[in-house]
Amino acid sequence: MIPRRLLSGALPVATAFAVGLLLLLSVDAPPFEAIQLIFKGALGSLGGVSSTLMAWVPLVLAAAGLVVTFAAGLWNIGIEGQIVMGAIAGAFVARTVEAPSGVVLPLLLLAGIAGGLLWGLLVGVLRVYGRVNEIFGGLGLDFVATGLVVYLVIGPWKRAGSASTSGTDLFPREAWLPVTGKLTASWLALVVAAAAVVAVYFLMRGTYFGLRLRAVGANSRSAFLMGISTNRHLLAAFSICGALAGLGGALHASGFHHKLVPSVSGGYGFLGILVVLLAGFGARWIAPIAFFFAVISVGSTQLQLRLQLDSALGGVLQGVLVLFTLLAGGWQLRRAYRSRRGLKEGG
Amino acid sequence: MSLELRGIHKRYGAVHANDGVDLRLEAGAIHGVLGENGAGKSTLMKVLSGFIVPDAGEVVLDGKPVPLGSTRAAIRAGIGMLHQDPLVFLPFTVLDNFLLGCGRRVSRATGARELERISTEFGFHFDPGAPVRSLTVGERQQLEITRLLWLGARVLILDEPTTGISAVQQERLFATLRALADKGMIVAFVSHKLEEVEALCTRVSVMRRGQVVGEAALPCPTDRLVEMMFGRVLTPPPRETAAPGDPVLELAELRTAERASGAAITLTVRAGEVIGLAGLEGSGQRPFLRTCAGLARPSAGRLRVGGRDLSAARYRDFLAAGVHFLPAGRLEEGLIGGLSITEHFLLTGGSRRFRIDWAAAETEAGARIADNLIVGRPGSTAGELSGGNQQRLLLALMPPEVRLLLMEHPTRGLDLESADWVWRRLLERGRQGTAVVFASADLDELLRYSDRILVFFAGRVLREVAAGETSGEELGYLIGGKEMP
Repeated sequence: MIPRRLLSGALPVATAFAVGLLLLLSVDAPPFEAIQLIFKGALGSLGGVSSTLMAWVPLVLAAAGLVVTFAAGLWNIGIEGQIVMGAIAGAFVARTVEAPSGVVLPLLLLAGIAGGLLWGLLVGVLRVYGRVNEIFGGLGLDFVATGLVVYLVIGPWKRAGSASTSGTDLFPREAWLPVTGKLTASWLALVVAAAAVVAVYFLMRGTYFGLRLRAVGANSRSAFLMGISTNRHLLAAFSICGALAGLGGALHASGFHHKLVPSVSGGYGFLGILVVLLAGFGARWIAPIAFFFAVISVGSTQLQLRLQLDSALGGVLQGVLVLFTLLAGGWQLRRAYRSRRGLKEGG
Repeated sequence: MSLELRGIHKRYGAVHANDGVDLRLEAGAIHGVLGENGAGKSTLMKVLSGFIVPDAGEVVLDGKPVPLGSTRAAIRAGIGMLHQDPLVFLPFTVLDNFLLGCGRRVSRATGARELERISTEFGFHFDPGAPVRSLTVGERQQLEITRLLWLGARVLILDEPTTGISAVQQERLFATLRALADKGMIVAFVSHKLEEVEALCTRVSVMRRGQVVGEAALPCPTDRLVEMMFGRVLTPPPRETAAPGDPVLELAELRTAERASGAAITLTVRAGEVIGLAGLEGSGQRPFLRTCAGLARPSAGRLRVGGRDLSAARYRDFLAAGVHFLPAGRLEEGLIGGLSITEHFLLTGGSRRFRIDWAAAETEAGARIADNLIVGRPGSTAGELSGGNQQRLLLALMPPEVRLLLMEHPTRGLDLESADWVWRRLLERGRQGTAVVFASADLDELLRYSDRILVFFAGRVLREVAAGETSGEELGYLIGGKEMP
């Protein structure tokens, strides 16, 4: 049993690796040097490790939230917008509340949670009461959130003197997350993110709420007939996911950029979808997978600096990996289905 | 010219939808294929038209084998099928629909001329530019027939074509079919309605449980057809009934929303009573049960459960009033395929706690599995269970206090032993005061377990009969929409 499971996990990774190598060869890049550069860039220096960890935080929070919405059978494409709204709400607190860190930071994180939660809930309300598919509603709200952040950065919250898309003024020091020794990554962000992953894991596996959510996601019709309020559970799933995404956005703005930037979501929401797909929709493996993705994301910027390759190559590698994992999963399902059918007809 | 089907087999999971069917259709005759729902007629016709691939068997037209599993090959060979719901594209125009799928380049002008030529021949009138959405179902059928003829169909299969069309259009359709048969075409008319088959066809093959059980030249005595359709049903000894208790379900002039045309239903069901709903599928039992379960609002009339007016109540209120509904689709609207037996018990257990105690839950699930004779482990998913065990699980999930139990096909697909077990459980509930209302296609089941039987036909209750005073033969007639002579 174990060797087969190992194989089913290793096969797509190996295939993706091979395709990645071919890809690098096709652009005349030395493949092994490129991979070495990625890992060196992400883990080879204190700055690199800090960047990787701070990329991991919003990514793993988004993935944790998406585990909840996927369990309810929802494609929360609006997660990017939820991250952005969390960052905006956090930035609002950072810019307006003048108080010591002990007061500002809890408020900032709560604001981030609230911002993401409301934005997520909006997708849910559109879906439940407006019959707008969550994919379309979420995508639309992504654009609204992105537009809003750009407006804020070059408009009302522009830097003193000149408006620039490079971001607002830096937050006051009290609104920066505390750093960890020599690392600029914040222990607070790491602890919060790790706690969120554990909480989601427990929520989905150990509670009635999680079970009902899975029931709604697996067959909302049967769940409704059992007396489960499907609408309420869908809204709750969007709220939880939005809250976690918003928290990630606020942590990222306060702990990494120390200001609001237009690209504050950094694509971590969409990347989070890939993480959850690769993790088989469960919370158990999202932390290491998200870390791996953070390494590739941060490290691939080195490709541009050292090999004059576009850093988007890292994204392509991530995509190839997910694609092959899904293909392998689909192939296994098919085989399982066939062998079961064969069994029935034989017996 | 003749069309032959030889040894057709088709299985869907455990269901043997076509079990070695041999059928021969001759040119110049309208051949009826009669049988109740689920007898395997539609599957057979879909095999014939290339819509589905059979597991075994062959189709021979005019001595030449027809490639199976391709609608394109079937229509090339001259086999055209008119589906129960005409397969038209509603937003497209009449001409677009006519030209779609012809497989060659035809100018619109030529197409329009051909449409005009063929439709005039049969007295149809179409506006080529009108959207098909504006056509009645009958007109859509006429368009499909015209199209199939243009594509060179020599065999025309009609699957339950009279559902949803008016009496006038039905007359027009029958006239067309007679004309086509006179021209030497093979016409296969699939129906579960005795009257139509008797009125239209010259020969009839009767299917039951996936097999052709008999053939007859028409006219022939109706009771012979009824017997072939349903098998010989022995009237069981009357069931001893307890004195009925207080009214549980009271319907006054109730109309279901789905069929505004259906007649209003007035009915009182008392505690401990068992009411059977007979009739072919799609005759109105389904919306009736769904309305009583609170899943659809009645369009008119009153509905009371245990004395409480629930005419405008929500599903949740029905649950609170002690109504429990077991629909036919066990994995669609009852169980959740991917969840385990333990998880099902947890979901329906009504616990108000936050955390799940998995160890205790597994132990309890194990005990209830043994109690209910389910073959499975606490960790087995509902989707892995056989049909009989899924039904046992559904019954095991029923809350202890049920005032009114509504069921669709409680024993469909179960072997005799499982069916017997299910009914012993249900009757036990009845003795405790639960009123049971169930729809079934099995006459034997209806006669054996009901106190009263409501026969549905074409969306209304045709008759209410006491189970002790009727017979399988009479039910067969009533289900086909006829009074027994």
